[in-house]
Amino acid sequence: MFRFIARRILQFIPVLFVIATVTFFMLRLAPGGPFDEDKKIPEEIVRKIEAHYGLDKPLWQQYLIQMKNLLKGDLGPSFKYPKHTVNELIAEAFPVSLQLGGLALLVAMALGITSGLIASLRPNTTSDYVPMAIAMLGICVPTFVTGPLLSNYFGLKLGWFNPGGWFFPEDRVLPALTLGFYYAAYISRLTRGGMLEILNQDYIRTARAKGASTSRVVLRHALKGGLLPVVSFLGPAVAGLLTGSFVVESIFNIPGLGRFFVISAFNRDYTMVLGTVLFYATLILVLNLIVDIVLVWLNPKLKFE
Amino acid sequence: MPLAAEVPNLTPSDEIVPDKGTSLWLDAWHRLARNKLAVASAVFLFLLAIACFIGPMVVKNTYYAQNLELGPTPPSASHWLGTDKLGRDQFARLLIGGRVSLMVALCATFVSLTIGVFWGAIAGFVGGKLDGIMMRIVDILYSLPFTIFVILLMVFFRDLEAQFRWLDRFGIPFNLLLLFGAIGVVEWLTMARIVRGQVMSLRKQEFIEAAQALGLRRRRIIFRHMIPNILGPIIVYTTLTIPAVMLLEAFLSFLGLGVQPPMSSWGLLIKEGAEVMEEYPWLLLYPGAALAATLFALNFLGDGLRDALDVRASKD
Amino acid sequence: MPFVSSSRIARACRFSFLLVLAALLFPLTSCSRRETRVEIGIREQILHVGNGTDPQDLDPHITTGEPEHKVMMALFEGLVTENPGDLKPNPGVAERWEISSDGTVYTFYLRTNSFWSNGDRVTAHDFVASFERMLTPALGAKYAAMLYPLKNGEAFNTGKITDFSEVGAKALDDFTLQLTLHSPTPYFLSLLMHNSWFPVHLPTIRKHGSVFDRANRWSLPENFVGNGAFRLAEWKINSHVRVVKNSNYWDAANVKLREIYFYPTENQDAEERAFRAGMLHIAKDVPQMKIEVYKKNRPEVFRAEPILSIYFYRINVTKPPLNDKRVRKALALAIDRDLIVRRVTRGGQLPALHFTPPGISGYAPRARISGGPDEARRLLAEAGFPEGKGFPPINILFNTHEGHKAIAEAIQQMWAKELGIPVTLRNEEWKVFLRTTEKLDYQIARAGWGGDYPDPNTFLELAVTDNGNNETGWSNAEYDRLIAEAARTANPEERMELFQRAEAILLDEVPFLPIYFYTRPTLVHTAVRNFLPNVLDLHQWKHVYLEEKK
Repeated sequence: MFRFIARRILQFIPVLFVIATVTFFMLRLAPGGPFDEDKKIPEEIVRKIEAHYGLDKPLWQQYLIQMKNLLKGDLGPSFKYPKHTVNELIAEAFPVSLQLGGLALLVAMALGITSGLIASLRPNTTSDYVPMAIAMLGICVPTFVTGPLLSNYFGLKLGWFNPGGWFFPEDRVLPALTLGFYYAAYISRLTRGGMLEILNQDYIRTARAKGASTSRVVLRHALKGGLLPVVSFLGPAVAGLLTGSFVVESIFNIPGLGRFFVISAFNRDYTMVLGTVLFYATLILVLNLIVDIVLVWLNPKLKFE
Repeated sequence: MPLAAEVPNLTPSDEIVPDKGTSLWLDAWHRLARNKLAVASAVFLFLLAIACFIGPMVVKNTYYAQNLELGPTPPSASHWLGTDKLGRDQFARLLIGGRVSLMVALCATFVSLTIGVFWGAIAGFVGGKLDGIMMRIVDILYSLPFTIFVILLMVFFRDLEAQFRWLDRFGIPFNLLLLFGAIGVVEWLTMARIVRGQVMSLRKQEFIEAAQALGLRRRRIIFRHMIPNILGPIIVYTTLTIPAVMLLEAFLSFLGLGVQPPMSSWGLLIKEGAEVMEEYPWLLLYPGAALAATLFALNFLGDGLRDALDVRASKD
Repeated sequence: MPFVSSSRIARACRFSFLLVLAALLFPLTSCSRRETRVEIGIREQILHVGNGTDPQDLDPHITTGEPEHKVMMALFEGLVTENPGDLKPNPGVAERWEISSDGTVYTFYLRTNSFWSNGDRVTAHDFVASFERMLTPALGAKYAAMLYPLKNGEAFNTGKITDFSEVGAKALDDFTLQLTLHSPTPYFLSLLMHNSWFPVHLPTIRKHGSVFDRANRWSLPENFVGNGAFRLAEWKINSHVRVVKNSNYWDAANVKLREIYFYPTENQDAEERAFRAGMLHIAKDVPQMKIEVYKKNRPEVFRAEPILSIYFYRINVTKPPLNDKRVRKALALAIDRDLIVRRVTRGGQLPALHFTPPGISGYAPRARISGGPDEARRLLAEAGFPEGKGFPPINILFNTHEGHKAIAEAIQQMWAKELGIPVTLRNEEWKVFLRTTEKLDYQIARAGWGGDYPDPNTFLELAVTDNGNNETGWSNAEYDRLIAEAARTANPEERMELFQRAEAILLDEVPFLPIYFYTRPTLVHTAVRNFLPNVLDLHQWKHVYLEEKK
């Protein structure tokens, strides 16, 4: 297993390298530069600013410098916030997104897996239809609708929470619910789908036929196989959750990482885009590795290869 | 037992034997036709598609005619679903919006079911180095900045637009093709991961190992034995993608890709409706309901399909 | 087909489900009505302000945005400051000043009791050194052009001269500053209120690296030194900037606020909710659809004052059919601006029938876009398109925004109805849009312009041939001459007359198609005092205080 993990981590290097390279050139090809503004700035001044960030050098030189800095773990200066580096901005915003994403993930897993499980045990009965109908509504209602609704109702109408902000512990509740509900809906549907598939498998039927009790069958055997689709889904989903959601952060005024992902691309903030992309890529790689380990753990017949 | 299964397989080939294939599908078809909910859903979706593609030419209000003095009004006899901020008939806009949204949903379903399922199944089944490479490609595609990608897509293909003017005659603006392209690039990734996970765990099951021992070719094992066994998650995830991709379309039109005003789509109508949901709730409610109804129908149809195609279920 | 009657599992699941719900709802039960941030603020003189986009920097020589300017107005003080309400120049660090009879030499007499937040005295040398920093090419200050009225300011900034002593900024002694201009600039005192003219504390900057390094970290809270009524206490990206009263400020005795929090409020709906929940005293913007609600239900907190900004369309005059001025005029006449501001934008905006917004003292444009749809149809027929026949489809380009889209859709319909011409719409993401307009790769493009100082020049100079913001391909020698002559004219009446003539040409040729003049819908709590509306929406925080209405 350790060899498996070590080999996978070695794989990260070429993958991250490809991502960094492609992103670098994609950014330079995109129309519009980081210092373009509504009110035109004299050409000479733009060139001075570009020189400050080394953007006046030939492209290949910029690329080499960028790569060298990346190897040192230096993501470079932020173009948008001249007094900050990308490393600092990410370091400051990530804990916020981590908290929010972590809480949302808890909500999503708790609600999603339990409701999916209930539904799968008695398909096509009320205990299936009710949670599934709610889940499907949850999928249809995007966060930019749930967020303002929760904020208006619990924040303004009932006054239980602040409608936005990230100052007090209770400020975490509404955004975590908003984000959590959305993912709960996905998890719930996938849990039910996976469980139904497994409960139909011959070996489960055999186990039952041999007289194993239902709870034993479900917990010992079925759950492991039934959660497979959820586990596969969670790799990318958790990476998305932990790196923040632009929509939820903007609705609740949260200083998280999500807005950097969206806004930096619009600003052509080259260093920031590259920084966030690599950060996200690393998370994706690590989480997908964890998913692959969990897949083996859930199915002992598989081996690490 | 379907009759065809008793016919000895005379050609030891991988290809699905025509008559056998037909009867398998025919069989599934019969089972599907017995599922009332699934049939009703299929009929609903069909009618919806007809309404969206033919409706705008029939209804008396157009989707673009404004009545600024009227402004947003709740549903009434002359405007069944009310009017929007510019006093346009919301019903007509909902119909025209369905065109793009349904096409986008179809496109996403298509890439997800073809590229996604194939990619995942092959990676999961073959495993080893190939799996590593294929999954790392998926990781890379996940990570690249999508916004920048879409902007580049538009910049590079903008010059080509003139050569594709003839497409307009068929009601497919060139922009729409680009939209499909953008969706096609990302909408199969998670599906590939899910299918791979399922296939990996199935591979070690007795019946698959038996099939391998019998010397069946990989392609046959994957398509005849594995995919039918993982249809559940595939169908569930496909239906899950649809609302997400309709909203993705709204984001892409933010970047200038997709429908151009005064045309609209369900995603855009929902986005605009959400901004005024306190003041004019019907502007969010009806497009939202349209999306939800479509999703429910697709879901019932999907469940029906799964049951119909499930070989094991038929043994009961 | 129900699989099994697995009641134990089901019960366990249901139980954990309820447990999670209970855990989520638990904090709710313990809540009761708390004192809001706004109420605490009124008691403690702490002001909470919604401030638009997140400030990128608090270095007055680096930033260009309005939100930054608003924060820096608390942190720095220039030679002169805005009089609340009418924005007339008030003494700032300069106690008084003299202007030479030809209007080119300004002598400022600085107060001797003005201090930096670290206790150092503010001197004329600080100003000269600050202007030098601002104009040094290596710094790459985006708004360096604001200092170009100084003699040789432009030459120094573009590297044509390298000796700053040739630039018209001299400290005659510690408290006398002499600024020499290359031509009389009647709005010069208004320029001085802009943050690019603010002084910075050079010794502090030097302590943290090169003076000409834009990444120099002197403007972070732990290093910050300023000379304003407040000093920087906290700056959290995307969260808030907190400033506290500066006890070293010369007029500290008259500063009543103890603290100001500036919050980024990029999402207007979120800002409005925060205002409603008592988390903000001032909300910078009001969502369009909420305006009528506030007007009706809470008029005491709602304001929509005109500001010096115009919403207009640029017309690319280089290609047919828009190279024909009759066509452009027809387009301008066929827009029902009144209907647009009343039913589309709905924020009390003013229909724009000329280009320079109202509210500049001494200048009210005489020229108007006059005529109606009939005149428009006549002009179009004259141009060879009777009833729009044979008119090729034209495209309106706008950067993606709900409001721009609605206006473009309305105008599309107006042109189709009144003129019978086919119009298509296209939206682009902001930076792509900027490039497209710059390359003149458009036919009609949405634009907006806000004045930097209250003078017609900040608007009318846009249309000058080599102005980078012209972007229409339009060029008119007479127009250029009038604007250039206005820059040389010291007599205010004569100067305004030149602008009148220039504006008449602009409205006759229509490279810019005016649509409406902006207002700034704002929510201001009734306890906020001395926060007077003005056309630039700029506020001297030192005058503001909080007091509940009796």
